[in-house]
Amino acid sequence: MDPTYQAVAEFAQTWGLAYFVVIFAMVLVYALWPSRKKQFDEAAHIPLRED
Amino acid sequence: MANLLTARKTMTIGEGGSALAFVGLALLSIVVAAKAYTPEFAFHAYLFTAASTAAVFAIINRYYERPIETPLTVDGKPNYNMGPVKFASVAAVFWGIAGFTVGLYIALELAFPFLNLDLPWITFGRLRPLHTSAVIFAFGGNVLIATSLYVVQRTCRARLVGEIAPWFVVLGYNFFIVIAGTGYLLGITQSKEYAEPEWYSDLFLTVVWVVYFLVYLGTIMRRTEPHIYVANWFYLAFIVTIAVLHLGNNASVPVSLFSPKSYIVWSGVQDAMVQWWYGHNAVGFFLTAGFLGIMYYFIPKRADRPVYSYRLSIIHFWSLIFLYIWAGPHHLHYTALPDWAQTLGMTFSIMLWMPSWGGMINGIMTLSGAWDKLRTDPVLRMMVVSVAFYGMSTFEGPMMSVKIVNSLSHYTDWTIGHVHSGALGWVGYISFGALYCLIPWLWNRPLYSLKLVNWHFWISTIGIVLYISAMWVSGILQGLMWRAYTSLGFLEYSFVETVEAMHPFYVIRALGGLLFLAGALLMAFNLWKTVNSAVSAAPAGLRLAPAE
Repeated sequence: MDPTYQAVAEFAQTWGLAYFVVIFAMVLVYALWPSRKKQFDEAAHIPLRED
Repeated sequence: MANLLTARKTMTIGEGGSALAFVGLALLSIVVAAKAYTPEFAFHAYLFTAASTAAVFAIINRYYERPIETPLTVDGKPNYNMGPVKFASVAAVFWGIAGFTVGLYIALELAFPFLNLDLPWITFGRLRPLHTSAVIFAFGGNVLIATSLYVVQRTCRARLVGEIAPWFVVLGYNFFIVIAGTGYLLGITQSKEYAEPEWYSDLFLTVVWVVYFLVYLGTIMRRTEPHIYVANWFYLAFIVTIAVLHLGNNASVPVSLFSPKSYIVWSGVQDAMVQWWYGHNAVGFFLTAGFLGIMYYFIPKRADRPVYSYRLSIIHFWSLIFLYIWAGPHHLHYTALPDWAQTLGMTFSIMLWMPSWGGMINGIMTLSGAWDKLRTDPVLRMMVVSVAFYGMSTFEGPMMSVKIVNSLSHYTDWTIGHVHSGALGWVGYISFGALYCLIPWLWNRPLYSLKLVNWHFWISTIGIVLYISAMWVSGILQGLMWRAYTSLGFLEYSFVETVEAMHPFYVIRALGGLLFLAGALLMAFNLWKTVNSAVSAAPAGLRLAPAE
């Protein structure tokens, strides 16, 4: 097996996984942070308000 | 006052610059037309000449007729620019009917091959890309442009950026469709699925798309609403990703400025990989992310309820766009593509179950507490059924991406059935629902007949069911016949025997297509009567009349 391929695959299989988990955790924290509830509830009403 | 009196009308940089650019394009096209290698290419060059000349006249006429300055607000309300939106929504209805008709015709050609009449222009090979491009890019694309330019203005409470630019996006995009479609009939193609147009159409589309992006982004930056509503995130992801995909998959070198032919810089399996990275994300970002933008605006608006969970919509957005981009290799199972890449594509496709179903739940549950509206409002029913189809086809897709399932389903009609449950059910129905909302809003007229919407809904639902069940049976039959061996180890069926066995299902499929087209014709009639009615709509809130 090509050593460069192995190095790349190993990098993707470890750091790639970590990268996705971290990004996903950040999204969860951002979306579910309790103090943002009010802001998001207001945002959900944007299409319903007539100008 | 003194300022008003002395204000002189001057040509803006946008008007002058674009008029000059079109003069340049017209001159260049004349030279290309004169020296073109093939008559088909010369025809396209003449079309470019005619369109750019018309554009110059349109810009100058518009300059003489426009007021000195277009205000951004009128009486404290945003002065929305709905002209381009109106054009794109009418174009969507037109291209939809055209695309469904061609689809029906090629379905009949497969069942009854004599229908190609031995004419090269209407053989299956040329009409098939005409059908796919007409329904995906012409119908779907115009629906996306119309709804996105509407939604971005309404949710940002700001007028579109630019005066010439939004018109250039809408008219330029439709001109690209004419070039692409006539090219297929005349035999101009680079033979890449869903990316058939040749280099010159691709370059033109790139310019149109960059302007679309700038108009969209500029309008968001001009917003008076502090928060960027989630629908805009989906639309923006659609616009940005399609630009990247289009550039990557069309990296080709033309033979000459005077030839329609070009060669791609990628070769062999790399080319296949780039093609399906493009192809699958055309599904993911054109047919999914863009239409999810429609879902997140039009379903809450029509149901008069906020989206079920705004937080879920944020998680939905980020996980969908991060996962989709990796799923392409599942189109190349059991090919020269390295095994690990195939497995990677399969794994990411399976993971896509989660965001897809999260989004589906979010869309459908928006109706919680208002389920009775499904009975009384066929427009809302159409959109909710579309989200249900979305759930169904995003369940089926990951399942088919599993290698062992794919070994049966790949290259068979099962794939065609899967694509159409997504295209007719999800994309078609959410688009029809959006058009039934949008056209009455834009023209400020009540919808002509909810009863006809009900007819449309049921006729085309029967059509979709006939279509997809016929293709499931035919596809699995085909796959099983291909892999059947005799006791001596020979293949049991010849290719033509499988084709013969599929004939009845091809006829049923064409019948399904006919019903779907009939439903769309009812919609076109209904919308035509809506726009031409003399009554103007009741104020918001009274807009929904019960169906009974």
